[in-house]
Amino acid sequence: MIRLHDYVLSGSCYKVRLFMSLIGLDYAPVPIDYFPGREQRGAAFLAINPLGQLPVLDDDGFVLRDAQAILVYLAGKYDHTRTWYPEDPAAQGAIAMWLSFAGGEIMNASAARLHDMLNYDFDIDRVRRAAHDALRILDDHLTDQEIRGADWIVGGAHPSIADIACFPYVALAGDGGITIEDYGAIQRWIERVKQLPGFIDMPGIHPAS
Amino acid sequence: MTRSTDPVVLDDWHAIGRIEDMPRSTRLLGQEITALRGADGRVRVFAETQERPVQIRYGHVWTTLGEPALDLIEMPEFDEPGRRLVTCGIVTVRTSPLRIVENFLDLAHFPYVHTEILGTDARSEVETYRVEHRRDEDEIWALDCRFFQPQASQSAAGGQMSEYMYRVPAPFITILYKTCPVVDGAWDLIGLFIQPLDEVTCDVHSFVLVFDETSTNIDLLHFQQLIFLQDRPILENQVPALVPLDPGREYAIRADASSMAYRRWLREKGLRFGTLPEGVAL
Repeated sequence: MIRLHDYVLSGSCYKVRLFMSLIGLDYAPVPIDYFPGREQRGAAFLAINPLGQLPVLDDDGFVLRDAQAILVYLAGKYDHTRTWYPEDPAAQGAIAMWLSFAGGEIMNASAARLHDMLNYDFDIDRVRRAAHDALRILDDHLTDQEIRGADWIVGGAHPSIADIACFPYVALAGDGGITIEDYGAIQRWIERVKQLPGFIDMPGIHPAS
Repeated sequence: MTRSTDPVVLDDWHAIGRIEDMPRSTRLLGQEITALRGADGRVRVFAETQERPVQIRYGHVWTTLGEPALDLIEMPEFDEPGRRLVTCGIVTVRTSPLRIVENFLDLAHFPYVHTEILGTDARSEVETYRVEHRRDEDEIWALDCRFFQPQASQSAAGGQMSEYMYRVPAPFITILYKTCPVVDGAWDLIGLFIQPLDEVTCDVHSFVLVFDETSTNIDLLHFQQLIFLQDRPILENQVPALVPLDPGREYAIRADASSMAYRRWLREKGLRFGTLPEGVAL
């Protein structure tokens, strides 16, 4: 049985929920009172993840933290089509690069969201600026991909876990007062992700119209 | 942003967080305030150097910047044994408090914003309901509201015809009474206490007060957060954030019976805070 330590408003947890839905994988959510209860900072949860962060996956006792790591694991173990995390080393390297970007630079958009929505203490001007820097890099890359005839962040014909890792906080940027109006390639990519069979939404992200 | 000069909102009680959210530096009606919590647990609120009155009720800390003629609203359900109270924490929304109340009162948005949870495209019609301005208590009520809901609550198994009442007992407090699936004749309560930081920014404090023996507190909390955070981007995209109250312009906005009664009531009170001044173009 796969269990996911989960929070309904977490974009990082949504990366994992979305991916499991896209590949048709069943799991049992373990809801954590992230806000306002800060359960992830309590002793019981710190014993599961000493970083005090969500999500955490528990696959029959194999425990993994970090949304990006979880995507790599789930794709490797459960995606029998081998399209979400192809075995080609060049694709894997490129995916790892964008996974790192998803857990790094893009998280400035998450910080802006936590600040604007749940009163977290961040330097809002700095994180918004850094989020825009990241969005510009992603938009330029997706524009280059479109010119090559490719719809996705890595490769062309099929999305990879890099798309799933980058998608949530880009699509949720508006929650943090970050407009994506100027990023045309990102807007088109968001619509493509929403059209994927098995797509699910979360608060702040609307299904395709 | 400076302190509002509108006596209607100054002379009212406002929630500023749960007890466990204290101490807290925040704003109320444009005024910087600080809530301190002493070693004895007592909460004191200061607006600059001036100490303000404090009440602790309904799981929240309440204060006022003026001199309220009325006491805090009554919710006797909070004293009923067997109910469970879940408080949901502070969520900031960039719009006027009026828009948050009106969205809460609006049944028509369920199928489009809370799709396949509180409403469904296939059954999107809003049946006629009654709206009352109860003069004795000076409250707005919407009664006999009925709506088909695929998943009316955390514990609901399958769709149901939900029956609702809405109550607006103060300009920035609104409560939903929903038929309780567990106790015959009882209502479950879901409410918003809206703390206006300024005219177009609010901290929203919400609660769930229910008879429910199956859901965990976290289940109830997350269901409530799911619903409210689906509303948040919709609210923030409503333009203008300030609400026009003058009757001549009502035709220009989408207003159902309860929000029309709400606006008329606010107009009678002479409320200006969070409203679009007359003569300003929409």
